[in-house]
Amino acid sequence: MGEIQGYRRNYPGTQPRHLHPAYVSSIKRAPLQPLVRLPHTLSEITGPLFGPEIVDRKAYDLTRQHSGEPLGERIVVSGRVLDENARPVGNTLIEIWQANAAGRYLHSRDQHNAPLDPNFTGCGHTMTDSEGRYRFVTILPGKYPWGNHYNAWRPAHIHFSLFGPAFATRLVTQMYFPGDPLLPFDPIFNCTDDEKARNRLVSFFDWETTIPSQALGYRFDIVLSGRDSTPMETHLHGEKS
Amino acid sequence: MSLVATTSQTVGPFFQIGFERLYRDTLAGPEVVGEHVEISGRILDGDGKSVPDGIIEIWQANSHGKYAHPDDPQDKPVENGFTGYGRVATDSDGRFRFSTIKPGRVPGPDGRLQAPHLAVSVFTRGLLRRLITRIYFPSEESNEEDSVLNLVGPERRGTLVASKIEGRDGALEWNVVLQGPEETVFFDV
Ligand SMILES: [Fe+3]
Repeated sequence: MGEIQGYRRNYPGTQPRHLHPAYVSSIKRAPLQPLVRLPHTLSEITGPLFGPEIVDRKAYDLTRQHSGEPLGERIVVSGRVLDENARPVGNTLIEIWQANAAGRYLHSRDQHNAPLDPNFTGCGHTMTDSEGRYRFVTILPGKYPWGNHYNAWRPAHIHFSLFGPAFATRLVTQMYFPGDPLLPFDPIFNCTDDEKARNRLVSFFDWETTIPSQALGYRFDIVLSGRDSTPMETHLHGEKS
Repeated sequence: MSLVATTSQTVGPFFQIGFERLYRDTLAGPEVVGEHVEISGRILDGDGKSVPDGIIEIWQANSHGKYAHPDDPQDKPVENGFTGYGRVATDSDGRFRFSTIKPGRVPGPDGRLQAPHLAVSVFTRGLLRRLITRIYFPSEESNEEDSVLNLVGPERRGTLVASKIEGRDGALEWNVVLQGPEETVFFDV
């Protein structure tokens, strides 16, 4: 008895292939065997949920984690988390991390010759409200060089991690900024075939969330996999009905 | 209205900054009911080199086969203090380690119970999307009839099953091989 409702599979071309040789690190790390299509079971339609007790209510503001203010342009990054059926994904955890204004991460493996900022750690988290809305205050991350190819530079970006309601909805992505001249040349940004899907990773400048004399506003909406409309033939109690 | 899910991007090499706060290498403390196990292994790339900037996340049911989640409709007990969530990064040698309990059996897609398993996501620099796989348990009779294991050819099925580490009670080894002849089976979810 009972049926479970799985999550939708991704539209063709809207997610990166694992092997994308222009992104050199994928060459030895991408699996080469075809993926095995997994029917969604109870294991995929459930997933870790985090309650408000794990959230530090001040962690949405990356400019107030130290005694002084970080250097750089203050910005507000906000948006909504929706599912593919346009329903808000409320009370879900969002984690972010980023470089400082000079393009340097507070990480032992970051060898970029740019200064660390004693007033900037570069991590934040928050929980969406019941309407799926979220908001961070941070500084505009700097662009930084990397070793992918000669004279390679990453466009400015903020890393985002979301759980959503299920194991199937987990998403890690990056948010970019409008008008960044490096976007056309970045193999990570360009790893997705579908141009519209790619361009949805670029936030847009927004007067409505800009705070006068304080911070420019950028909007970035995120869509997680949604429930499939056709329930699957799945029995829940371990017996044929 | 119908929207398209946001494109995935790599975690890059510096995920620790954002992820460290929720690292969980002990999914079940001693008070949690069940058969306690410690699972360790390495993440290896296509050249057999260790991956020192990898992270795995675990999702599992408790020993009764019940997920701590409202969409699990089974009439089975949830356990206080056990959420079924884990997150561990690899060390400079590509090794990871976590301790948990062997989960109970949960319903599967064909009307049968699934064999005990952990659902796993793998993230590393170089992976543009997470890889999804499962860890099954050795000497478990129900593996034979597990509908997911049976989607995989017998020659590759073993990559999904942990092995016992001789001489250490409850110690299991399970490796992630990203590419090559021993490549781990990854799922399209
Ligand atoms: Fe980055």
